[in-house]
Amino acid sequence: MGQISYEVAHLLGATMLMAGFGLLYQRRLYAVLNTFAFQALALAAAAAWQAHVQHAPHLYVTAGIALVFKGMLVPFALHWLVERLGIHRSVDTALSIGWTMIVGVVLVALSILLVLPVTANAAALTRESLAVAMSVVLLGMLMMITRRNAVTQVVGFMALENGLLLAAVSAKGMPLVVEISVAFSVLIAMTLFGIFFFRIRERFDTLDLQYLETYRGDRQ
Amino acid sequence: MILPGPDNPLFWILGIPLAAALLLAVLPWWRVAAWLNVAASGATFAAALPLFRARPEATQLFFIDDFNIYLVALTAFVGMTTAVFSAAYIARESAAARLGDGHLRFYHSMYQAFLFTMLLALVANNTGVMWVAVEAATLTTVLMVSLYRTREAIEAAWKYFILCSVGIGLALFGTTLVYLAAQPVMGGGADAMAWTLLVERAGAFQPDLLNLAFVFVLVGYGTKVGLAPLHAWLPDAHAEGPTPISAVLSGLLLNVALYALLRFKMIISANPNTLEPGPMMIVMGLSSLLLAGFMLYRRGDIKRLFAYSSIEHMGVITFAFGMGGALANFAGLMHMTMHSLTKSAIFFAVGVISQNAGTKNIADIRGLTASHPVLGWAFVVAVLAIAGLPPMGVFMSEFLVVASTFARQPLLAVPLVVGLLLAFGALLSRLQGMAFGEPRSSVVPHGTPSALSTILVHVPLWAHLALVVVAGLYLPEPLTRWFQTVARLLG
Repeated sequence: MGQISYEVAHLLGATMLMAGFGLLYQRRLYAVLNTFAFQALALAAAAAWQAHVQHAPHLYVTAGIALVFKGMLVPFALHWLVERLGIHRSVDTALSIGWTMIVGVVLVALSILLVLPVTANAAALTRESLAVAMSVVLLGMLMMITRRNAVTQVVGFMALENGLLLAAVSAKGMPLVVEISVAFSVLIAMTLFGIFFFRIRERFDTLDLQYLETYRGDRQ
Repeated sequence: MILPGPDNPLFWILGIPLAAALLLAVLPWWRVAAWLNVAASGATFAAALPLFRARPEATQLFFIDDFNIYLVALTAFVGMTTAVFSAAYIARESAAARLGDGHLRFYHSMYQAFLFTMLLALVANNTGVMWVAVEAATLTTVLMVSLYRTREAIEAAWKYFILCSVGIGLALFGTTLVYLAAQPVMGGGADAMAWTLLVERAGAFQPDLLNLAFVFVLVGYGTKVGLAPLHAWLPDAHAEGPTPISAVLSGLLLNVALYALLRFKMIISANPNTLEPGPMMIVMGLSSLLLAGFMLYRRGDIKRLFAYSSIEHMGVITFAFGMGGALANFAGLMHMTMHSLTKSAIFFAVGVISQNAGTKNIADIRGLTASHPVLGWAFVVAVLAIAGLPPMGVFMSEFLVVASTFARQPLLAVPLVVGLLLAFGALLSRLQGMAFGEPRSSVVPHGTPSALSTILVHVPLWAHLALVVVAGLYLPEPLTRWFQTVARLLG
């Protein structure tokens, strides 16, 4: 049982990590959304598996939220938004895809090198999951930095959050995981609402460093 | 987990703003809503006062100790005075047709929700509850920053949302790591997230894991404190939102984020084998101070100017807590309080000034002491106070920071003094143009103030200034003793 539970958790975490790389690799917006949905489904499976292994039924709620809200509702809503607002279907990159992937690999190596030594005393299950979770978080951040369109930035944030939830469900007996995932869901729902309401089609110039000096209330 | 009952002051401190937020969300008349907002904030402050007489016992969810009691009182107080100012501000914005009825209903409801989340973050005895509260505070303020629906406001809100979401995301990762460090020692469950228990047992936690956790917490909550280089959201969010929101953002939210950071610092310091958290905080504090000091010179927008001044002061405070020790901690605590009171007073004045001038552009604001003598002089006093001129309270606390640094690390005192002088020069040169000289003849103000709204602005403004001046001249004995207790607590 111990071996199997470890292998399955590892497999699901690795699936999320692969999806994290997949997000960086896509050039079309719809493919980004589909990859994100896949990552959310992997998170749901990982959370459900942890619920089973840790005998913590409340994690099934987290898994349910990941499955229904992030695996289904959010991708559908984003599809609808992209169509409705006529957002560009291609991904606007600040750094070429090749370089993004290389930086991504470096970040994964960094998180493994950082996490594995400091968690020497923790259970193997936690160690590996934590390293994977930190990699997913950093890849999400990388996506937010290198992709400038509002929708891809939100997807990057949600990928980052998937990594955070993976860390939280893997930490044995951590309370409030359900509350945290609800809080994140509210935040994401408000953002999607904001994109729709304010018709945020394209990127925001102020998030792009080269425009920082030219567009600000400070110009005289 | 047990929620506090009606005999517990925390029930009222948290319950009043929450109930008011729900009620204001459905109340259609904004004039009534503005007064209800004042009443609810006043009631919250009144509910916070009994804490000084008797403290409720710590539970798994909530606790009150020497440190957070004063921040709860300060938050409730500034929340109340800002609500009074907000009533005057909103009436004029509505008269100038800059805000519609629907927006105002939303605004008042969010104001109370924001107070609720900040108070919840302060009294939470659980790292997770505190995180959820800070996240909710971010959400409510993002919504309020975008209130004017202009392109700039939406951009500012988006930038704020993206940067602070990443920040609180990283803070959550740090929180999870602290839980992981605690779990082998304390067993799983809510105990391993309770501040009161974590600090007691921190000595046995694994130090490497705590180090890693603190880096994430520092970057995460540091983003919300507005520390350089993570400050980019702060000037925009302050400049584009309604001015009462700028006042509570600067005066309160930054303090709450710093409070979260300091709680984690207490855990790290309680473990003898961890890295010193001080140097990291000193570096971030100094870089914020110097960066803001230079940035202050090029500001053309009055609200942005004082937003950068907030970055400067949060830098000074973080520096002081990074230095640690009884005197520097004392100075940091005092500076937190003084900055809160002074900066919100400045934003009260700035709100009216920019409404009178019909612009936020510094170059178009001239001769305030001639055109509006009472307001103009209040503004002069407030800016002199924040620039750190004696005898005001900010001078006292800055002097203490500098003195304690000179005594222990003379080399660090050099950049500190340079940063303070830079900011001083920038603020004074800007103040001179705005306060003196010939007033502009062609001014299109936003609406005309009624007699009542003038009073509503001046009462909180002068109340804050009076407190700042008195604190600079004389700190009552119990207050000093109690600042010292907390300073020892912080290590």
